[in-house]
Amino acid sequence: MSEALNVPTMADYVAKGEVPEILFWVGCLGSFDDRAKKVTKAIVKILNYANVKFAVLGTEESCNGDPAKRAGNEFLFQMQAMGNIAVMNGYNVKKIVTGCPHCFNTLKNEYPSLGGNYEVVHHTQLLQDLLNSGRIKIEGGSFKGKKITFHDPCYLGRANGVYEAPREVMVNLDAELAEMKRSKANGLCCGAGGAQMFKEAEKGNKEVNIERTEEALALNPDVIAVGCPFCNTMMTDGVKHFNKEQSVKVLDVAELIAQANDL
Amino acid sequence: MVGILIFILLFVGGSAFFLFNAGKVRRNILLGRDIDRKDRPAERFKVMTLVALGQKKMFAKPVPAVLHLFLYAAFVITQIELIEIVVDGALGDHRIFRPSLGGFYTFMISFIEILSVLAFIGTVAFLARRNLLKVPRLVKSELNGWPKLDANLILLAEITLICFIFMMNGADEVLYSKGISHAQSLGDNSFGFSISSHLGPLLFGGMSEHALHTIERIGWWGHLTMVLGFLNYLPYSKHFHVLLAFPNVFYSNLNPFGQFTNLESVTNEVKAMMDPSFIPPPANPDQPMRFGAKEVTDLSWKQLLDAYSCTECGRCTAACPANITGKLLSPRKIMMSTRDRLEEVGKNIDTNGTFKDDGKSLLGSYITPEELWACTSCNACVEACPINIDPLSIITDMRRFIVMEESAAPAELNGMFANIENNGAPWQFPQADRLNWKNE
Repeated sequence: MSEALNVPTMADYVAKGEVPEILFWVGCLGSFDDRAKKVTKAIVKILNYANVKFAVLGTEESCNGDPAKRAGNEFLFQMQAMGNIAVMNGYNVKKIVTGCPHCFNTLKNEYPSLGGNYEVVHHTQLLQDLLNSGRIKIEGGSFKGKKITFHDPCYLGRANGVYEAPREVMVNLDAELAEMKRSKANGLCCGAGGAQMFKEAEKGNKEVNIERTEEALALNPDVIAVGCPFCNTMMTDGVKHFNKEQSVKVLDVAELIAQANDL
Repeated sequence: MVGILIFILLFVGGSAFFLFNAGKVRRNILLGRDIDRKDRPAERFKVMTLVALGQKKMFAKPVPAVLHLFLYAAFVITQIELIEIVVDGALGDHRIFRPSLGGFYTFMISFIEILSVLAFIGTVAFLARRNLLKVPRLVKSELNGWPKLDANLILLAEITLICFIFMMNGADEVLYSKGISHAQSLGDNSFGFSISSHLGPLLFGGMSEHALHTIERIGWWGHLTMVLGFLNYLPYSKHFHVLLAFPNVFYSNLNPFGQFTNLESVTNEVKAMMDPSFIPPPANPDQPMRFGAKEVTDLSWKQLLDAYSCTECGRCTAACPANITGKLLSPRKIMMSTRDRLEEVGKNIDTNGTFKDDGKSLLGSYITPEELWACTSCNACVEACPINIDPLSIITDMRRFIVMEESAAPAELNGMFANIENNGAPWQFPQADRLNWKNE
């Protein structure tokens, strides 16, 4: 675990006169949030393990603009988008993997009409590719027989119709995959989307993440798997609310794969 | 002869009044801003076939889907019998198609009758779901008053219509078996209709010839007037969905749900800001420059068509995380408010020639910021809608107005905006620290 991470930047590649296979778009949570940084590192460990030639933008990356856009600040969104597009087009970026479904959705769907045309995949889709092509194999069995339930991120699932990639990745864990009643297209939001993460919830009788965590905990899982740093925060808070953090882990799909392989 | 005259007056008058009101609805919808939804026609026909014609999304909830299918199928198929009623009415004939169609006629009417019985069951079940079982999504507060009455009136009208069909066919069966029906005799002693050949004798068997003729005529005229009445009720009711569902699905958003529109007016401004040599295209003088939506006329015609197509089933609201957790937001209410306000704007135009400021607007008078700020933009409402209505796009457009025109976002969100603007992240972390995680 103490092995140094190999995290080259786009600038490093340019300096070497080389081109990476893929740009890893880390995202704001992945860069700054303590919990999400662990997911970022898990993704990097897998990329290193699979010998994927990737690069990050590092200090040249800026917020993709999703929270601004969902909150209605189209100006700010487009300013961010055009700034990021200028940077990425400058590096002649072709393919991007994101650690967050919100970045994924924005880059994939909302950047093209502003001049940013890239092939964008979510990290669970990349993991699926790496597993299918044999570039990574699951050798460790630390989740064998454990019960895992996957909470669909809205911006991966309903927003983009990606339901199978995270599930197909987790099949390799030899674990029991239990589905919540509200899953896939009927999945219930964690409560953080639409810029809710950055404000107090409106007046109601319950927090959305409590409603969702309740549903997940009813399955008595060992792990609530997530694919989004926002969901990760909300579900982790939910599990703490029910004092279950000792028995139920909230882990990103990338962490599951990294931990299964002792990376 | 008098009958033919009354028929023609009724039919022409009823149809004309419907067209007049439908024209107003069309005018109201076209008050919306332009949006291109005519691209990819092949894909659109496919979606319409699957989702509108095929009711694909209804089957997420199988019980109401099957009940609704009964009503839907009966509604579509009964129109065939209506053609005969219209031809008979105009020519003063009686069951004009029977001699020429023979066995196929018996089959068609029998099929209609079976579907009518199923529709009767469906309608009674729907009344029970609303009024006795009180299915949660059908008794939410936004349905209090007119919407609840509207729903029950529609169902009662459907029951009445079905009763008229069986009065007409049942009494005529008895008359025909006695050889005194106005229908041309084909030498047999029964029409052989699947339901009314049994139901007719059972209900009307012992009645006098006069009574039978009266019942048959009440059924016939009742059927006709109910259809015309119902048709004219549609533009005043949520039930307009029976017609608008098809175009509404045809003009669906075909992009991924997560893809929100990029406002072109904003793009031009941002481009001009970043590149001084960029010359923005001239503004469209017909559409005043306004970011986002405050009023129904700021929405697109598709959003307004959505509002008229909504039948208030509440699948959106039942799936909405904000609503589930007790927040004020109900996507169904967003659609109902949009239609209510649009109707009000339309009446204003009818009265004044052009819209005269009434001191009201969709945002504020009908929809409050508290509702809009409860949305998580999760698209559950969009996914849930059986006819591809998009409440989220309206919510987003109104947020845009609040933020960009009124600068009235919740304070925490203004903080988030400032952080993104200043340091490229929604929190106060400097961009220079973005790669620090690597060495932590």
